[in-house]
Amino acid sequence: MLATVALALAACHNDNQASSAQWASTVLPAHDAPGFATIQRGLYLVRAGDCASCHTANNGAPFAGGHPVLTPFGIIYSTNITPDEDTGIGKWSETDLYRAMHTGLDRQKNHLYPAMPYVWYTKVTPDDVRAIKAYLDTLKPVRQVNRKPELPWPMSDRSVMGAWNKMYFNEGTFAPDARKSAAWNRGAYLVEGLGHCGACHTDPNFAGAPTGKPLHGGLLVGSFAPSLAGGLRDGLGGWTAPEIVEYLKSGSNDKTAAAGAMAEVIANSTQHLSDSDLADIATYLKDMPAPTSKSDKTDLAQNTRSLGAAVYVDNCAACHMDNGQGQPQVFPQLKGSSAVQAAKAETMIRVVLAGAGIPATTSKPTGLKMPAFNEKLDDDQIAAVVSYIRNAWGNHASFVSAGDVAKMRTNLRKKGSE
Amino acid sequence: MATKLPEVDVVLIGFGLTASILAQELTEAGLQVLALERGGFRDTVPDFSTTTIQDELRYAVRNGLFEEPERETLTFRNSMDQTALPMRHLGSFLPAAGVGGAAVHWNGQHWRFLPSDFTIRSHYEKRYGKNFIPENMTIQDWGVTYDDLEPYYDRFDYLNGVSGHAGNINGAIQPGGNPFEGPRKRGYPNPPLKRSAATVLFDKAAKENGFNPFPCPASNASQPYKNIYGVQMGACTYCGYCEWFGCGNYSKASPQTTILPVLLKKSSFSYRTQCEVTRINLDSTGKKATGVTYVDAQGREFVQPARIVISCAFAQHNVHMLLLSKIGQPYDPVANTGVVGRNYAYQITSSVDVFTNENLNPFMGAGALGQAIDEFNGDNFDHSALGFVGGGYIALWSTGGRPILQHYLPRDTPKRGAGWKKGMQENYLKACSIATHGSVMSYRDSYLDLDPTYRDVYGNPLLRMTFDYHKNEHDMSNFLTDKATLIAKAMKPRSYHAKPREGHYSIIPYQTTHNTGGTAMGDDPKTSVVNRYLQCWDVPNVFVVGSSVFPQNAGYNPTGTVGALAFWAADAIRNLYMKNPGPLVQA
Amino acid sequence: MDSLTSRRHFLQAVGLAVPATALFGCSRPSPHADLISANLPGPQFLSAEETRFLDAAMEQLIPEDADHPGARGAGVTTFIDRQLSGPYGMAQTWYMHGPWQKGTEEQGYQSKLNPAQLYRTAIRDIEAYCQQKYHKRFDELPSASRDEVLHGLESGDIKLPDAPSKEFFTMLWKNTQEGYLADPMYGGNRDFAGWKLVGFPGPRYNYVADIEQYGKAYTLPTVGLKGRGDLDRNGG
Repeated sequence: MLATVALALAACHNDNQASSAQWASTVLPAHDAPGFATIQRGLYLVRAGDCASCHTANNGAPFAGGHPVLTPFGIIYSTNITPDEDTGIGKWSETDLYRAMHTGLDRQKNHLYPAMPYVWYTKVTPDDVRAIKAYLDTLKPVRQVNRKPELPWPMSDRSVMGAWNKMYFNEGTFAPDARKSAAWNRGAYLVEGLGHCGACHTDPNFAGAPTGKPLHGGLLVGSFAPSLAGGLRDGLGGWTAPEIVEYLKSGSNDKTAAAGAMAEVIANSTQHLSDSDLADIATYLKDMPAPTSKSDKTDLAQNTRSLGAAVYVDNCAACHMDNGQGQPQVFPQLKGSSAVQAAKAETMIRVVLAGAGIPATTSKPTGLKMPAFNEKLDDDQIAAVVSYIRNAWGNHASFVSAGDVAKMRTNLRKKGSE
Repeated sequence: MATKLPEVDVVLIGFGLTASILAQELTEAGLQVLALERGGFRDTVPDFSTTTIQDELRYAVRNGLFEEPERETLTFRNSMDQTALPMRHLGSFLPAAGVGGAAVHWNGQHWRFLPSDFTIRSHYEKRYGKNFIPENMTIQDWGVTYDDLEPYYDRFDYLNGVSGHAGNINGAIQPGGNPFEGPRKRGYPNPPLKRSAATVLFDKAAKENGFNPFPCPASNASQPYKNIYGVQMGACTYCGYCEWFGCGNYSKASPQTTILPVLLKKSSFSYRTQCEVTRINLDSTGKKATGVTYVDAQGREFVQPARIVISCAFAQHNVHMLLLSKIGQPYDPVANTGVVGRNYAYQITSSVDVFTNENLNPFMGAGALGQAIDEFNGDNFDHSALGFVGGGYIALWSTGGRPILQHYLPRDTPKRGAGWKKGMQENYLKACSIATHGSVMSYRDSYLDLDPTYRDVYGNPLLRMTFDYHKNEHDMSNFLTDKATLIAKAMKPRSYHAKPREGHYSIIPYQTTHNTGGTAMGDDPKTSVVNRYLQCWDVPNVFVVGSSVFPQNAGYNPTGTVGALAFWAADAIRNLYMKNPGPLVQA
Repeated sequence: MDSLTSRRHFLQAVGLAVPATALFGCSRPSPHADLISANLPGPQFLSAEETRFLDAAMEQLIPEDADHPGARGAGVTTFIDRQLSGPYGMAQTWYMHGPWQKGTEEQGYQSKLNPAQLYRTAIRDIEAYCQQKYHKRFDELPSASRDEVLHGLESGDIKLPDAPSKEFFTMLWKNTQEGYLADPMYGGNRDFAGWKLVGFPGPRYNYVADIEQYGKAYTLPTVGLKGRGDLDRNGG
C-alpha cells in the first residue's frame, strides 16, 4: 500500500496541474436567482443525496458538519455546508459546488477524501447541482469550524487522493443507456448518483475504493451492506418491486426492517422520495441478475446448533417468534430473510451486540427497537445463535466464530461508532 | 426566588396516560403543550427490554417502577377517631412515577362501565325506591351518560388495540360476548387473546351454573396492530410479566406503545422530567390559574405560566394538588360542607383459590387474559331482597405464575417448613384463583384531606386518607364470593377455599390501584369539584383528569373509563373551551 | 464454607469449581457462572454471628429434603445479606420520617428501624433471649427448640427489648421466600433450587405455541435472567 502511494505521490503533482487546467474552462453559466420551485427541487435532491446523514452531527446544527465518518484508515469529520462565510460554504459559487461533487476538489482545488462520495455524485447533472446549491443557500448559517481528519500519514496528506482518483475514480456525468427504459435510467441515475448506494453496497478494496462487483455487497467498518443484486438467498431476488419500494419508503415490509446505517438512510433520505422515483429505483435494482454462486454444503455442527437453538429460544423468540417467522410489519422475519443470509454476518453480529432501531418514518412512525445483548450473552453464545439463525428454518449461510464476535465488540467501542 | 418561564398554551401536571392523550389531542388542535413529570423518562428499550424486565424481585417485590413513598406518600386511617399514620411503604395500591405513569405497569384489564353506573342514584331510586340507598352513602349521578361517552370509549379501545369479543353491538346481543355490557357501535379492534388452561376450566364451570362467561377485554394485543395514530404494536406472547412490569415487545398498551412515538416528534409538544409541580398558581381573584410552580431535579423552583392547567396526576395526587393550591372548598366530613376530598372510593376484592387435578402452567399468561361473568355487576341483577348497592365481575385471570407472589396453597398447608415446601411442590402448577372485583360506594366518612402532622420532601402536608369498607361493601363482596364459590366447585378441583374480604380495609396487602374520587364530577357544584367536562367549577381554566373525578367506583377496573374521559375532556377543550374560554356549564 | 453436610452439596461445590468448557476451544468459564453457582464472594453486611443465626433459621423455615435443597442450601442467607446491604436494607424508598407511633394492624409497618437495622437488632435480641432461656446460641439449639423460638416470634409471645418481634418474623419469612424463589443472580435460588421445586421454568417470553397445550408439561430447561447456567451451556 505505502509503496503504491509513494509512487502515486510522485505522479500527483503533475496530475493536479492537469486538473486545474481542465477546470479553468468549466464554469457554470450565470442565470437569474433561483425561484421557490428550484429551491424545493434542491431540497428533494439533498434528501435523495442524503447529505444530512453525514453533514448533520448527532444533536448538531443542521448541515454544520462535525459528524465522524469511520473509515478503515481513521475518522474523517464531515464539513460545514451551511452558508456561513468563514466556516461554511457561504463563499462557494455554483461552480465550486459542482467542482466538488463532480471532481472531488474543494474551492481551493484541494482533494476531498472519498468519504465525500464524489465517486458517485460525479454523475449528477449540473442542473441538479444548481438546485442543490439553491437549497443549501437557504440554510441557516452556522459558525462551526471544520475538524481535521484523524488519519495516519500518508493518508493525512490530501494530495495522495490524486493517485487514488487516477486509479479508482471515473469522473463523468450520468449517461443514459438507450437500450433501457426511462424508468430504469431514472433508477440508475438515482442509485449510481445521488443515492450513492455503492458507497456501502459495493465492496471496497484495501484502499477503500469500490472495486468490488457493483452493488453485490460491501464490507464496512462494523457492518456489512448486503447485496442488492438478484440472489435469492442473500440478495433481492426474493423481493418484489413493491416490497423494495415499501422498505425504502417506510423502513420495513413483511420480510424485514432496516437497522443500523440503513435505518438512517431511510429516515433521512429514501422515505422522502416520490413513489415514482422509488419504483424506478426498484426497476433498476430488480434488473440485476442473480450472481452464480457455489452453495456451501457445510452443515452446522450439532453442538453449535444446540447451543444456538437454546440461546434463540431463551432470548430471540420473544419477538422473532419460535420459528423465526417474526411478526409481519413489526418484528423482522428471520426465516428466509436475505438480510439474515447476507454473504457476511457483520451487520447481524452488530445488531445482536448493540441492538437496533427500525427507522421512524412518516408512514410508520413507531421506530420499534431491539435491545442490546452485549451484556447478557457472551461471544460463544452470540456466535452460536448467529450461526444458528443463518442456518435454521431452511436458511443457509456461513458460520461465525466467537473471534468474529469479539472483533465486533472491539469495533463498537471505537470512537465514532454509533 | 423562582425563575419565571415563557408562557405555554397548556401545561399538564404529570406525563402518564391522561396527559399523553390530552397532549396528543390538543397539539392536533394547534395548541402548544408542556408536560411536567416528576419521574424520569422511560421507553420500551432500554427500560422494559425483554433482556431484563422479567425480574420479579426487582419490579414486583421491590417496586422498581413505582412511586417512592420517601418522596411522597399519604397518611391513612380507617376512621375519624383514629390518628392517621404514614403509609411507609407501598402495599394496597401502587401508583407510578415516570413517563407513561401507571399505564406502563398496569395489566391491561380494559373495561367500560355500565350505562346504569353513570346514573346510579337516579337508577336505584327509580328501581328500588328512595329509601334503598342509605343516608351516609353519598353516591350521585356523574353528569355524563354512557351514551355521551360511547364514542370516546370506542376511541380509547382503538387507541389501545383492545382484544376482545363484543357482547352488544348497537343493541344486538352477540353470543360469546358480555350480554350485560352497554351497547357499542362496533366490535373490538383485535380478536380475544388465546385461552389458558385455567380459563377454559372456568368457562365450562360457569356455563354449567347457567352463567354467560366471556373473554375479558384486554389491552394486550392479540395480533400485530396499527392504531388510530398509525403507531404499531406487536402481538402478546403470553410471557406472564404484565402487571408491575413494562412490556418488552410492544404488545401491552401504554403511552410508550400507543402515543409517544407520534407525540414526541411534534414541535408543539415538550416535556420536562424530574420536575415536580408543587402548586397551581392563581391570580388575585382566585378564579383564574396563571400556571404552575415546579421544582426541578436540582431543587430549583420555576414558575411556568400557562393559559390552561390540566391536572393529570394519579387520582389522589390530583386531590392533593387542588388542596395545596386552595382550589375549591375542602370537604369537611363533620359539617358536611365542601367538595375537594369528598367521594373517595376504592375497590373491594375477594377470591376463591382452586386446586386442580390438571397441570395449568400458570406461568403462561397475560395481564388481561381472563374469562369473566358479569351477571352480578352493577344492577344486572335484582337487588331488592339483597339490601346492598353495587356489584362486580367474577373472573378467572391468568396473568402469570411468578413464583414469589403468584402461588396458591390450600388452607391447611403449614405456613412454613417441610409442609410448606411440600405444599408448594404439589400445588404451584395445579392452582388458580377466581377473583371477584366489586364496586365501592362513596360515603360521608370516606374522604381525603390534608394531614396535620406529616410532611413531604417539599414541606407540604401529606394527603390524609380516611377510608374503610362499609357493611354494604362487605355484604356485596360476600355475595360475589359465594357465587364464585359455586363456579369453583363446578371446576371439580381437588379442593378449593374461599378467601372473602374480611374486617377493616388494610393498607398492607396489595389489592388494586383503583383509587377513585376526591374531585368528583357532576352537575351540582355543591357535590362536585368539576363539571361534566372535567372543568373546575371554581377555576374555569383548570381541568382535572383521572379517576379522581369518579363520584363513586363501579365494579370494573377504572382505566377504560379514565381513558374515555380523557378523550372526552380533550374534545370539550378543543371544540368548546377554545372557542369560548370560560365556564362551559352554568352552575 | 463450613458444615457441608450433604453429599450433593459437596458435589455441587466441586463441580462448579471446574470451568465450563466453552464451545470453540478456548477454555474459560461463563461470565455469569458465579451468579448461578455457589462461589460467591463473602458477606457484605451480615456478621459471622448473624450469618450463623440466619443459616440456622433457614434450616427451619425451608428445610432440605432428599430431592430439593432448602433455604440454606439455596443460598438464601447470601440473598438476605445482599438485600440488607443495598437499598432495601436501607429502606431507601420508604417514608422513614417521624413521628413514630404504633398503629393499628391495618396501618402497616410503623417502626423507626429499616430492614437492616431490624435484622441486626432483632438477631442480637433473639440471641440474648436464647442464652437466657436455653443457655445456648440459636444455632446450637435442637430443631424443636428453634421452632419454638420462631413460633414465639411469629405470634409475638416472645417480646424483644429493642425490636418488634412480629414484624421481624414477618420480614424474615417474606425475605426467605423471596430468596428461595427470586432469580439466582440475587444470590439465592441457587441452581434454580426453588424454581425446580415448584416447576417454574424461569422467565421466558414466548408461550404462544404452548399456552393452548392444555395439561401438557413444559419441558424446556430452567432459565434465569443470566441464562441457563453452566449445566446447560452446551444446549443440553
